[in-house]
Amino acid sequence: MKTAFTLIIAIFSLYVAPAAHAARGADGHLRIIYWQAPSTMNPYLSGGTKEIEAASLVLEPLARYDQNGNMKPWLAERVPTLENGGVSKDLRTITWKLKGGLKWADGTPVTSKDVVFTWKYCTHPQGGCSQSEKYNDVKNVEALDALTVRVTFGIAKPFPYGPFVGAQAPIIQAAQFADCLGARAPRCTDANFKPVGTGPFSVAEFRPNDVISFVANSNYRDPARPAFARVTFKGGGDATAAARSVLETGEFDYAWNLQLAPDVLANMKKAGKGVVISSFGTLVERIVVNLTNPASRLGKERSTAKHPHPFLSDPSVRKALSMAIDRKLLVEIGYGPAGRPTCNILPAPAIYKSTANDGCLMQDIPGANKLLDAAGWKRGSGGVRMKNGVKLSILYQTSTNAVRQDFQALIKQWWSKIGVETELRNISASVFFGGDPASGDTFQKFQADVQMYANNFDGTDPESYMANWACKEAPRPATQWQGNNVPRYCDKAYDALIAKMARAGALKERARLARAMNDMLMQAYVLIPLVDRGRVSAHAKTLGGVVLNTWDSELWNIADWRRVK
Amino acid sequence: MGTYTLRRLLFAVPTLLFISLVIFLLLDLAPSDPTANLPLTIPPEVRQKIRESLGLGEPIHIRYLLWCKQFFINEPLNVVEALLGAGDSERLRVLSWQTRSPVVDLIVERLPQTLWVVGLSYVIGVLIAIPIGIISAYRQYSWFDQIGTFVSTVGFSVPTFFTGVLLIVVFSVGLGWFPSIYDTTHRVTDWSSFLVQARQMAMPVFVLALYNAAQISRFMRSSMLENLNQDYVRTARGKGFHERRILFVHVLRNSMIPVVTIIALGVPQVFGGAIITEQIFKVNGLGQLLIVAIQGGDLPTVQTLTFIFAGLIVTFNLVADILYGVLDPTIRYDQR
Repeated sequence: MKTAFTLIIAIFSLYVAPAAHAARGADGHLRIIYWQAPSTMNPYLSGGTKEIEAASLVLEPLARYDQNGNMKPWLAERVPTLENGGVSKDLRTITWKLKGGLKWADGTPVTSKDVVFTWKYCTHPQGGCSQSEKYNDVKNVEALDALTVRVTFGIAKPFPYGPFVGAQAPIIQAAQFADCLGARAPRCTDANFKPVGTGPFSVAEFRPNDVISFVANSNYRDPARPAFARVTFKGGGDATAAARSVLETGEFDYAWNLQLAPDVLANMKKAGKGVVISSFGTLVERIVVNLTNPASRLGKERSTAKHPHPFLSDPSVRKALSMAIDRKLLVEIGYGPAGRPTCNILPAPAIYKSTANDGCLMQDIPGANKLLDAAGWKRGSGGVRMKNGVKLSILYQTSTNAVRQDFQALIKQWWSKIGVETELRNISASVFFGGDPASGDTFQKFQADVQMYANNFDGTDPESYMANWACKEAPRPATQWQGNNVPRYCDKAYDALIAKMARAGALKERARLARAMNDMLMQAYVLIPLVDRGRVSAHAKTLGGVVLNTWDSELWNIADWRRVK
Repeated sequence: MGTYTLRRLLFAVPTLLFISLVIFLLLDLAPSDPTANLPLTIPPEVRQKIRESLGLGEPIHIRYLLWCKQFFINEPLNVVEALLGAGDSERLRVLSWQTRSPVVDLIVERLPQTLWVVGLSYVIGVLIAIPIGIISAYRQYSWFDQIGTFVSTVGFSVPTFFTGVLLIVVFSVGLGWFPSIYDTTHRVTDWSSFLVQARQMAMPVFVLALYNAAQISRFMRSSMLENLNQDYVRTARGKGFHERRILFVHVLRNSMIPVVTIIALGVPQVFGGAIITEQIFKVNGLGQLLIVAIQGGDLPTVQTLTFIFAGLIVTFNLVADILYGVLDPTIRYDQR
């Protein structure tokens, strides 16, 4: 009897002790610093990473990605698939079921009407919703009952997880945004700054481009979480100062996106107050080769498919340019723990990663020279190679950024060793990425021979990303110079693979197709991948539960964060 | 004096309108795109829709007139209504593209920290600079003058982005005395919260005060020196006036005339914020608002802020001219 009683006491205390420790709000105040300050709390009106991540404390999607890129049900009971019957056989509908008993922060129940409203809000033609791409091909979203929603697509969607999945497409409250549709969206300042959400925190005060104060959401579905009662989300300054405030002075608990020189971070870490964490996604710093002639004498036809590039249309020149680059050194100098050399434009998730191109990891200048010799490019005056009066002289442009300028200088030096002369140019990022059709300096217009930047895709499915290099995607006057096929690559076999992937439902087959497309691009050397860039953040040693996630918001599991002694 | 002021004020209206047009045209011609900073994963069609929802599809003269209407008519009406307590939410105000909220509200929100930090540093700078300038001039080439000259050369020539970071490394990282990040949500309610406020203001105010004091003390010194060698000073000394009276009544008053002008002309800069210092200490005042708006291609915010600065510069030029007349009765603007 006595032992049984002791046992009960023991079990009871075991149960009570951690629960008492993990009560909601028990750990006090959490301080987060983002060196870019959020401008709004409505991710549908901004599209910037900073806004999406800040909003992820409040607004939540039906499902999101975990740190390994796997989908996890969030507001939904489970992730619908073909196997569990949630996705129809013809791949045209997907049916989501919300968890029961969910409440908004104001205490009202979350229903399927909110989900339907979210779709209407983001697809309103005058709304300028920055995530409308997530709702592409959606014909209808209907509420089957209070908790069930059916999304119908106009075409067969092998990957139906665009709408309502991930930090970019969270559910907003219909009651709060009812009067904010379309052109009225920007007038709802209160709703945009203080959205009512289902997440672990609610906005107490929002100061645009400065600081956000959050308090724990008293209606959050898990009564024991979040562990913190308050969150201060400070913005502004620069990455160095943000890193310093976590690693050296300890004023903040978490700093986001510390894209700093490796030695700077290593020095700060010595103060012993924080930990640097990194994780890799799909962001690849690459050199894009122009397959068309950018010569200014061509006027409006420069950099269009009508005029092939005088020497970059020769595959051996493109291959030699790639072979001459020492990717390991680039990583060491530019990114440290935040980068790793890559030979693929599609470096992750693991099932999509090809191993066919790994030869590029070793720099091979003699090999590159041999290749150019064999292709008939002879060294002329000043060691620059020539053939039929065409000189291997390259204009190499990128955006203004210290690391990119270091890369330019190094690569120029390596290319000079294989008889290629390089002129460097850097353009302010807001112009280079600006997409203004009137400016000649945008990356889409590509009035240069090669250019360097980084790109990636949202979520884990590479279908639309790989479709970037379809013939019809080439920027040209007819498309107002818009389009994602920046190298102006065009291969019917590649387009056929894109069409195949759009019909393939099985994951294995999709992975095989994606790898094949990656290999085609890599072996044609139209894109020269350099560095697989990860995210680097830092947290204080007293902050526990942080799991860095590159597939979703970095703050995706903030409900689990806690103070550790 | 009254007619002169009135004439100047009337003349300011076309000047300001012209300035607003020039700012608008300059901003519009500059290559900038509000969607440029969005991730590349957002496709061009969506970007185009965003631009249209911001009103960028309209021709330039329509957009300029719309801004004028919003800023010169709707915003003042809004202020009047807010004072009377009646709100009309349907009236279109100048909206920032980044935050989609009224620009004037953003400015009002930012003004307190800018005035506290930049304004206080200006006041402290002036209060330090004037005595230093007086003593340096009166005891020219003394050790005090030499040290003053050295400090003001350092303060003037070392940029604030260097002094600011240096102070953070020494006092925040090394000694841990002051916070390196300014907390704009902090409210002063009692003695201890006032001390917190004082601690977080100490470094940015010091950096800016050093810079301001360096500049003004040099003007004060040279102006004093010029007057100390004048005949009327010799006359006063010859009459046997007390040295203190000569210095503080005769020389100081005459020397203040150019210095007051310089101080008055510097006030608009206070409202402009200190872009670099605010960034370093994360004060997030008006300067930071402007720089973030420029980076984000947020034209309505940039336009409104620069226009307000232009208005302040025009105003304080007028103030300086009027003060000139007050300090020096021989100057009269009203000529008949």
